[in-house]
Amino acid sequence: MNNLPILSLVTFLPLVGAAFIATIRGEPGVVARNARNVALLTATTTFVLSLGIWFNFDNTQAGFQFVERAAWMPTFGISYHMGVDGISMLFVLLTTLLTPLCILASWESITVRVKEYMIAFLIMETIMVGTFCALDLILFYILFESVLIPMFLIIGIWGGPRRIYSAFKFFLFTFAGSVLMFIALLTMFMQAGTTDIPTLMQHDFPQDLQIWLWLAVLAGFAVKLPMWPVHTWLPDAHVEAPTAGSVILAGVLLKFGGYGFLRFSLPMLPEASILFMPLMFGLGVIAIIYTSLVALAQEDMKKLIAYSSVAHMGYVTIGTFTMTIQGIQGSLFQMLSHGIVSAALFLVVGVVYDRVHSREISVYGGLVERMPAYALVFMVFMLASVGLPGTGGFIGEFLVMLGAFKVNAWLAAFTATGMILGAAYMLYLYRRVIFGQLTKETLKGVLDLRPREAIIFAPLLFLVVWMGVYPKPFLDVMEASVDQLVQRVETAKARMDEPAYATIMTLRGKD
Amino acid sequence: MPAAPFPNLVPALPELFLLVAAMTLLMVGVFRKDDEAGPARVRASRLVAKLSILALLVAAVLVVTVSGDERVTTFSGMFVIDRFAVYFKVLILIASALSILIAQDYLEVHRVARFEFPVLVVLATVGMMLMVSANDLMALYLGLEMQSLALYVMASFQRDDQHSVEAGLKYFVLSALASGMLLYGSSLIYGFTGTTNFDVMVGVFASATGDGAALSLGALVGIVFLLAGLAFKVSAVPFHMWTPDVYEGAPTPVTAFFSIAPKLAAVALLLRAMMEPFGDLVAQWQQVIVFISIASMILGGFAAIGQTNIKRLMAYSSIGHIGYALIGLAIGNEAGIRGVLIYMAIYVVMNIGAFTCILSMRRRGQMVVGIDDLAGVSKSNPMLALALAIFMFSMAGIPPLAGFFGKLYIFLAAVEAGYFTLAIIGVLSSVVAAFYYIRIVKVMYFDETQEILDRRMDRPTSAVMAAAGILIALFFLTPGPLLAQAQAAAQSLFGG
Repeated sequence: MNNLPILSLVTFLPLVGAAFIATIRGEPGVVARNARNVALLTATTTFVLSLGIWFNFDNTQAGFQFVERAAWMPTFGISYHMGVDGISMLFVLLTTLLTPLCILASWESITVRVKEYMIAFLIMETIMVGTFCALDLILFYILFESVLIPMFLIIGIWGGPRRIYSAFKFFLFTFAGSVLMFIALLTMFMQAGTTDIPTLMQHDFPQDLQIWLWLAVLAGFAVKLPMWPVHTWLPDAHVEAPTAGSVILAGVLLKFGGYGFLRFSLPMLPEASILFMPLMFGLGVIAIIYTSLVALAQEDMKKLIAYSSVAHMGYVTIGTFTMTIQGIQGSLFQMLSHGIVSAALFLVVGVVYDRVHSREISVYGGLVERMPAYALVFMVFMLASVGLPGTGGFIGEFLVMLGAFKVNAWLAAFTATGMILGAAYMLYLYRRVIFGQLTKETLKGVLDLRPREAIIFAPLLFLVVWMGVYPKPFLDVMEASVDQLVQRVETAKARMDEPAYATIMTLRGKD
Repeated sequence: MPAAPFPNLVPALPELFLLVAAMTLLMVGVFRKDDEAGPARVRASRLVAKLSILALLVAAVLVVTVSGDERVTTFSGMFVIDRFAVYFKVLILIASALSILIAQDYLEVHRVARFEFPVLVVLATVGMMLMVSANDLMALYLGLEMQSLALYVMASFQRDDQHSVEAGLKYFVLSALASGMLLYGSSLIYGFTGTTNFDVMVGVFASATGDGAALSLGALVGIVFLLAGLAFKVSAVPFHMWTPDVYEGAPTPVTAFFSIAPKLAAVALLLRAMMEPFGDLVAQWQQVIVFISIASMILGGFAAIGQTNIKRLMAYSSIGHIGYALIGLAIGNEAGIRGVLIYMAIYVVMNIGAFTCILSMRRRGQMVVGIDDLAGVSKSNPMLALALAIFMFSMAGIPPLAGFFGKLYIFLAAVEAGYFTLAIIGVLSSVVAAFYYIRIVKVMYFDETQEILDRRMDRPTSAVMAAAGILIALFFLTPGPLLAQAQAAAQSLFGG
């Protein structure tokens, strides 16, 4: 392995592209074309570069790799510290994969302020990759939070009719959640005397403090994930955002929440996590069942997929807090496959939206007659979302349920209801949009997938099938890090069972 | 009785230089002014403005050169210079110079370009520098009044405009009331401690609290009155009522000046007064500051929501910002004071930047101040929109912009000292405040309009806007130097 700072390169290359786009001047048409080309080129290069991370990644190592560190605010010991482990590495790749696809998806649908749009997306890519790589508390928070600015603008400027309401709701919900987390992070910094995440992951916080910290951190991540009952910003934001905005929102931004649980709540606050396990299971089950039922009643395609996202994130919550290897691997896998499947589903909706300019389910029907290729693509992703064996969605949900079963059979039973309901609303959606008689005048002239659209779906299709048929490469990456995480929680569990627990905690003895 | 020895003038050299400069500039203005109205008057005002900026910058250089790391007092201990004073003086001088720079175009457009304006700024600046260096209740009051007198005139500078005159009068009456309270408090403190000098007072209070004897009630009442007077000057709740009206009525460049330089001086004075002479009485005045801080944050957040005039909005925003800064004072330790120092420096840059944007809001040559007038600016004037968006996100405290770092250091200090309630109220009210800041972004970027603003912007204003925008946006790259300066300044307040 050479000494190339590959994580910084992958993180900041999009920013370079954005700066370059900002300098483009001239005729509006030329500017738009150049902005698109530069953005696509930058995002693709970033993706290719990021593949280098995977190729050079050592699966056997549980700790952080490709670590970079530079002094930033020496007065406080805050540093620029980057690195990935098995938990975060695949999220980096997910981000770098989805960004070029988003840019391709907005190729024709975005016609106003193309330059600003591309800049916003590239800045967002930098922030998202940075969030997954950051190994410093303050650096993490800065990146985690700064994503609000570009996303707020993307929803507000390029969104649908109710974009302003949705943009504000998105901004204020997320901001309110994360400022509480901010106080918790500062407290952790003061308590442990360091902002270094790897060190903090080994630090034992006093239990009574852990409870408060855990709740405050939950406020930040629960809104991001989102968990019931703070999920209400998500359907609004998804519906109003432009297609690519929804893709990034569902594909990557929601993963901040799940990633946060795995990076902060579990390793840093294991005792509190164990304590609050029933709460999280309860919220997870409610999310799965309640939002699935809500999804069943939706008339808007994007809204339906948005609610299905909340349900899928319920699996992630449950899987994470089973604190078993299967559960955590399952929730990680679920996040990755959901990142691809929900992104693809939003793109699927985007395809017909670009042609008919409506997201109402009732506007469609019988599309299979005019768009057979489209119907096939839609079907694969729809089935992946349902969790059909052979697709990526199955592996994640299955592992989560395996983990849940280890904890409690009832939990597994409730979790499984989600799969049935998921099949119900997804198949119902598919039937209403694709099958039936093609009677509507507006649909008689629609054309099937264009080459550009086919190119967008090809890698996603490939990945969904690959993840479903041969998930080993993905699971191998996670294994060592998840193992270590589970061990950390197990030690905490053992410590909690000891009668002399209180005295040990006061003496701050480890293990 | 022997005559008092001649005081050492070197520490006060910048102030003396500025005073002489102000008088000289007054002469220059008078002799260059040929006729009552016309181009000659404008030319004279331009010349004086340029020279004033030069004088202020020279004074800034002097401030840095005449001061060492040591704390020096002169004029029988009435005047003190330390790293803390240097930090604030440099900020004030830069803020004043920039205020003159961005004011010129507005004054010319509104036909009030008189050479007295920059001279008044310089005189007010001298007053502020005295406030920062005050080490005695009398010096404190003299500096404060010198500053205020110049500010009264400036508020009503546009004298054919009713609002401007009203603002000046309102400011004068209420400020006089506050000065009265401050004086009353000072006299009580003098009566119960027998001294007006801060250094002597430290000893008096130290022995009083050291013996375990209760502090005399009179002195305590005096401190509260002094605090009330100072709270008025920093426009903290519940002494904030004048702020929105004066901000709205005063000519915009004067509002810009009001919102930065006098705020800096008043905060500096408040910090020095609370930490040095009354430093041992933290337990006594802390509750007052905590209340003022919380009330300011909450009122600043909620009251701004309904505003339609951007100048009034900035007034409530400044009230809110003072609330955050006062968290640092409420903590009352070095980390807290350091947080305040950083917060104020960033606040000044953000505010100057925001006011350059407000000054550039014109339609057919006329100033507009409605928030709705900003609709569609992102298309007609993208740089203006981008800059104002940066300042608004920064004021809301969204990372990675500088405003976030200001809050970071304050909240870090609060959490470190265990003031969780204060910190949580602070962050939650920042969510409320975020609403009205991003509303401005919404108006600029999301709303459409038929009537667009003028594209024309004068060069100095846009240069200041660009510089402030870049500073705010890229502060995260090197927060180190400001941090080190603030650290040293905060230390000097605790060293003595």
